[in-house]
Amino acid sequence: MALLKLRESQIMKIHYLTGIVALFAVAIHILFRLIMPFGQSLLYQNVISNYHNIFYALLLESILILISIHGFNGLRIILVELKQSPRWESTITILVLISMIGIIAYGTRTIVIASGL
Amino acid sequence: MMSEQEENKKATLKIYRTNYNKNESSYYDEFEVPVNRWTTVLDALLHVKSYSDSSVGIRYSCRMASCGSCGMKINGRPSLACYTKISELNKDVIVCEPLSNFPRIRDLVTDFSQFFGHHKKMEPFIHNEKVSLDIKDKDDLVEFEQSPKEVDDYLQFSYCIKCGLCYSACPTVATDSSFPGPQALSQAYRYVADNRDNDKKTRFNIIDERHGIWRCHFAGSCSVVCPKGVDPALGIQLLKGHMMGFSKNDKKVANLRAKNKE
Repeated sequence: MALLKLRESQIMKIHYLTGIVALFAVAIHILFRLIMPFGQSLLYQNVISNYHNIFYALLLESILILISIHGFNGLRIILVELKQSPRWESTITILVLISMIGIIAYGTRTIVIASGL
Repeated sequence: MMSEQEENKKATLKIYRTNYNKNESSYYDEFEVPVNRWTTVLDALLHVKSYSDSSVGIRYSCRMASCGSCGMKINGRPSLACYTKISELNKDVIVCEPLSNFPRIRDLVTDFSQFFGHHKKMEPFIHNEKVSLDIKDKDDLVEFEQSPKEVDDYLQFSYCIKCGLCYSACPTVATDSSFPGPQALSQAYRYVADNRDNDKKTRFNIIDERHGIWRCHFAGSCSVVCPKGVDPALGIQLLKGHMMGFSKNDKKVANLRAKNKE
């Protein structure tokens, strides 16, 4: 599996990059709450209409992917430090990858359904 | 002239005792030792060995913070016993314990094999394929030329005396024994920053692994405890920069930090 063969420096480059880009994406997401009074922006009709805006849906999808990659790699790092055996490291990497893909798939499904695509 | 009060001053030395080879459970022994303004913890320990209990296990050699043998935890902080004055601790009870993150042998003596193993793994010598390593080929031997400025790029990292205090203070080493530790990684940077060395790739391959340089979370405790003023945390961050490709200014940063410390 190519992902398991990535060097740690390559994984960390992805980790830092996703973290930085996610900061900006989340900032835009929060700014969307400020275009109208906060309570009003969370009303059902407004939330659904946001989802119907294709750019907003893409923003949510990118946040989902960026945060999942960054967060699950962070979890992998914590778990890898707990035990020192190649078997444990590979198992953790595979489990984290499966969980990450699962979360992204489920989140994408939600975004697609809500956006009415 | 010393005042009478200064002459009669005493401190209590609380020493961690055990012998792992005999499966003894650990305990603390207390000894009262005379203390002057200039008495170091090592002086006090040697006083205990001479006049109270010769069986106390300690490792020491130069008594002047050059050999790095007498590293131990003094009042909970990794320090060199020969470099720590009792009067500067401002405590009447001095607790001496073996260094954390090292396998213990007896009393204050710890096993440095793993620590030196990590150091050796970094190949701490100049890699230069233009120069023959075979000493018999004397005609092939060339002079390594280096300007004082080029020496400054790595000089502070070459002051390391391998005392193990940074390794003992590192929170990552505490949970991950495969992590090379601040000493080995800062030595890797010392050779990467050396312009005579031209094989960064080999060293990067050694440290770019699951339990390598990326497991440093920049707690910075290594730099706080270093008795020689080396900043291993800085070396590790500069090395990370090299590996990420942001290495243009690292030598300037190292120079500035070294100058600020002076």
